[in-house]
Amino acid sequence: MRSAVFWPLRLEPRARPSRPMRVLSSPLAALAMLLVGFAVLKFLGQDAVAAFRVFFVEPFTSLYGVGELLLKATPLMLCALGLAAGYRANVWNIGAEGQFTLGAIAGSGVALFLGGELGSLTFPAMLLAGVLGGMAWAAIPALLRTLFNTSEIFVSLMLVYIAQLFLSFLVHGPWRDPAGQNFPQSKALDDSVLLQPLIEGTRVNAGILVALGLALLFWWFGSATAAGFRLRVSGLSPLAARYAGFSQRGSIWLAMLLGGGMAGLAGIFEVAGPIGVLQPVISPGYGFAAIIVAFVGRLHPLGIVLASLLMSALYLGGESAQIELQLPASVTGLFQGTLLFFLLAAELFIHFRLRRVRQGDP
Amino acid sequence: MTPRLRLRGIGKRYGDLAANDDIHLEVAAGEIHAVLGENGAGKSTLMKIIYGVTQPDQGTIEWEGTEVTIASPAQARSLGIGMVFQHFALFETLTVAENIALALDEDLKPAVLAARINEVSHRYGLPIDPERLTHGMSVGERQRVEIVRCLLQSPRLLIMDEPTSVLTPQAVRALFDTLRRLSDEGLSILYISHKLDEIRELCSRATVLRGGRVTGTAAPATETNASLARLMVGGELKECTLTPREPGEVRLQIQSLSLPTDDPFGTRLVDINLSVRSGEIVGIAGVSGNGQKELLAAISGEQPGREPAAIRIDGRDAGTLGPAQRRRLGLRFVPEERLGRGTVPSLSLADNCLLTGEAAGLLRRGVVHRAAARLFARETIREFGVRCDGELSAAQSLSGGNLQKFIVGREIRLAPRVLLVAQPTWGVDVNAALGVRQSLIDLRNAGCAVLVVSEDLDELFSICDRLAVIAHGALTEALPTAQLATETIGLWMTASAPHA
Amino acid sequence: MSGIDWIAIIASAIAAATPLIFAAIGELVAERAGVLNLGVEGMMLVGAVSGFAAGYTSGSMAIAFAAGALAGMALALLFAVLTLNLQTNQVATGLALTLFGVGLSAFAGRSFVGVALTRLPPLDIPVLGTLPLVGPLLFHHDLLVYLSIGACAATAWFLKSTRAGLRLRAVGESPAVAHALGEPVNRIRYLAVLFGGAMSGIAGAYMSTSLTPMWVEGMTSGRGWIALALVVFGTWKPWRVLGGAYLFGIVTVLQLYAQGLGVQVPSEFLSMLPYVATIVVLVIICRDPKTILLNQPASLGQSFHPGR
Repeated sequence: MRSAVFWPLRLEPRARPSRPMRVLSSPLAALAMLLVGFAVLKFLGQDAVAAFRVFFVEPFTSLYGVGELLLKATPLMLCALGLAAGYRANVWNIGAEGQFTLGAIAGSGVALFLGGELGSLTFPAMLLAGVLGGMAWAAIPALLRTLFNTSEIFVSLMLVYIAQLFLSFLVHGPWRDPAGQNFPQSKALDDSVLLQPLIEGTRVNAGILVALGLALLFWWFGSATAAGFRLRVSGLSPLAARYAGFSQRGSIWLAMLLGGGMAGLAGIFEVAGPIGVLQPVISPGYGFAAIIVAFVGRLHPLGIVLASLLMSALYLGGESAQIELQLPASVTGLFQGTLLFFLLAAELFIHFRLRRVRQGDP
Repeated sequence: MTPRLRLRGIGKRYGDLAANDDIHLEVAAGEIHAVLGENGAGKSTLMKIIYGVTQPDQGTIEWEGTEVTIASPAQARSLGIGMVFQHFALFETLTVAENIALALDEDLKPAVLAARINEVSHRYGLPIDPERLTHGMSVGERQRVEIVRCLLQSPRLLIMDEPTSVLTPQAVRALFDTLRRLSDEGLSILYISHKLDEIRELCSRATVLRGGRVTGTAAPATETNASLARLMVGGELKECTLTPREPGEVRLQIQSLSLPTDDPFGTRLVDINLSVRSGEIVGIAGVSGNGQKELLAAISGEQPGREPAAIRIDGRDAGTLGPAQRRRLGLRFVPEERLGRGTVPSLSLADNCLLTGEAAGLLRRGVVHRAAARLFARETIREFGVRCDGELSAAQSLSGGNLQKFIVGREIRLAPRVLLVAQPTWGVDVNAALGVRQSLIDLRNAGCAVLVVSEDLDELFSICDRLAVIAHGALTEALPTAQLATETIGLWMTASAPHA
Repeated sequence: MSGIDWIAIIASAIAAATPLIFAAIGELVAERAGVLNLGVEGMMLVGAVSGFAAGYTSGSMAIAFAAGALAGMALALLFAVLTLNLQTNQVATGLALTLFGVGLSAFAGRSFVGVALTRLPPLDIPVLGTLPLVGPLLFHHDLLVYLSIGACAATAWFLKSTRAGLRLRAVGESPAVAHALGEPVNRIRYLAVLFGGAMSGIAGAYMSTSLTPMWVEGMTSGRGWIALALVVFGTWKPWRVLGGAYLFGIVTVLQLYAQGLGVQVPSEFLSMLPYVATIVVLVIICRDPKTILLNQPASLGQSFHPGR
């Protein structure tokens, strides 16, 4: 087999994918990202070691910090679990951010306007509405793909912008709190539906437990169920899936609804949790960061759990660096993008190996 | 006299496999030289080396007496070597002229190019239209385009890779006339094939490959099929025996099946009628691109129709059902594409049993039974002699022949009432091919109804009780093989074809 | 409907379409070679921030656009190395490129937020520019508007009538066959991807130096994605893409002027128009599977492995 020649080294295909590299590629990518981050900080004239401490160590030395780590990991984990199931089926839902928003809107709507009638059922109804809201938003690209062959990439992404504009409309207009001094936000959610902190002195709530539970569920779904197997085959070989009689339409719907439902749940957890109110900005890009989490987690629930924690740490580190080092907020985004690049490159080594070109090689 | 092309000690390894080992080859000017070998013998690799697509690990190539390194197809062409590929190297959405222009190394004005194309095509009896888009063309036409493309560069050596595997018997005659004319003018031809009759008719010398090495050279005209076969496979070419038997009830019934197609490159099916009975093998012959793909998809359920009664499996209406439902009625299918359709390349053999193994209890109540799948795979491997690294090895790690044995074995072990098979031994080495054909015959003897769609006429004649031909989406009547001759089949294949 | 300056509306629609044209034409070339680069939004943003920074510090528009093009090409180079040499999945890598471009541009541009820049002046085309009605409508735009049309024409001619264009189309149709014929598949794809990057960079630079001369994080607001959709809408043909871009320009600008036209719809819904229009347009084009089968480069998005 002809190999790609790259500098004095050559990439040779492996006879069989490398097992150790499957596991190591993500940690190696993270390491590479850290090294690059170190270099960048030095380049910016910062005391890189001190900066690293501010970024990666200090936030987690307190109980509150650990709580924040888990709190921020929750929406990432929830979204990424849903997205990964879809990506394995080659269904490219990149509108998790929009489905997150719709879930938050739907759930908040139930809490704010139906709270009176539903009484003690408000809380579960709110969560259900969140899931359904996200699913409904994801149903649009699913419908357009199965009926009209339209790429779900574009549709789901356009719907992100539309969702954000819709949210803006609601909180500036019909849902604005009349007693809120013209602030663009809704009435605060009633205490009875808010997620309470699990541990005294932190903000972490039951969301993390739900996310971890769902991670286990997704693991079981992917490895032990026929539906999970069908999704996987439709992603690996669509022709084989059709040969086997697995419905392609069914796979697309399942993949999109899983992604949308999880993102919607994440959305309502965020509003019913740390935010407590519906406002124009309810996410620092969790829906997009979750895409990275899904890949860094190698589309596997266990990997996603770990990758969520890593990404959450990046968010927290970024916030801490903003305050203490006056670094811009965008440095977090930069780290995230770099991490994904390194991961994609590292995946290469699962299927290829580096060899030095020997003398006399053709 | 110096040979035009001489290969000495050519070797090429792919990992552990020696695709070519110490190959010697000599072709004289104006000679039609056969490279004979079964599938997997190393013929394709050798041709890729000569045409510059890949480089040898060892050995030398001499062109007209001078040692050369052929680093790329462009360089091969500049030396005077042309190649007509087995799976034509044409671009579907470009015209004939554009396709040819790409292969030429000089930039010609469209009018000049068209004139040259017409001149060559008339001179050698290869009619083509420069302005036509390739995608609508028949296989015979495409091959003519390929040949004209090569001839426009005034080659001195023409490599033809399995040229007749896709032609009707009549088209083969026409091709041979053209090749003889060309060799009379001094063009050397390297003719790669495994078809002994053709080689004995056309070629003056033959180099025989087996397992990557040269087992001998011969003058085919003086040899018999048996002696050539001995060089090619090291023994007698075994044949399958088909003892006549009385077929039973109708298991597969296709009635007035018509199917339009969404694919602009596809073929409409027109009023197909066929019945296959228990205990018989029916074959469908035809040149590729005449509706085989569409017919197979219609029968398997991958492309369901609107008429429930158009396809009946074991007496039950199935025309609107999907593949999984048709499996439950007893229909099983071995598709043409082994990797990517019959199996998922990156999944293990055990996991690949889950694709169609519902009937064996591998998928029960929505849950996957991994242990059962592994057991099933292990037994399939054992019973059908599949050479692999165990049931957990990936499908893509198996050789073509072994993968086909696995897929055929998997489907046979799931006890079909009707078995549909496409291109059962294409690209498969001789021993595995024999095994597959014998399995089909054994299945037929056990009472299954078998339908085989193939482009290999010899194979169809050796294993089918009845034979039909598909052309332009229509099917002829299926008549007993004993009553048919290859010439008749050839005529049916080209019946009412506007361009042959 | 007095008091509405239709000339100004159409003129600004033309200007608004210009970055879409550059980005879409660039991506069209890459896709005709078989490479799907979803990172257009990221490349536009780095082009925008580089163009702004270079224009601000040097005072020269030429340098601004050169910087934009180079920045877009740098990001495209990264994409090419990953997808063509290292064989990574094109969809995932393109998404990564976008996310990275968003982050990198935000980071690099933080000191330029709120800074003012003089925009590119419109050309004063003699004679034609003074024609009534048609003059200010068609002949009073800045240089890049005309260059964008020129780029479209050049690309159409290149693809249809040159040998190099034929080779590029062949690679997009079937890289395996092209390789067997001896075409340098990766080299052609590299050039196509880099061209796409340069064009996206120019598109971004135009936005930050001329269209709305300022730098704000994420200022392209999805235009890169709309450009990608335009390639599909135009069925991979340059002139159709141009037409689609102008259509979008009108939609974009109409929403801004809708209030003035007496339309009683909340502004957020008007802002949704371009995104809704993108969805509608894609649905219309993709409905008939034949359209895609006949026009989409057959190898789009698939990695090419030379050998065996």
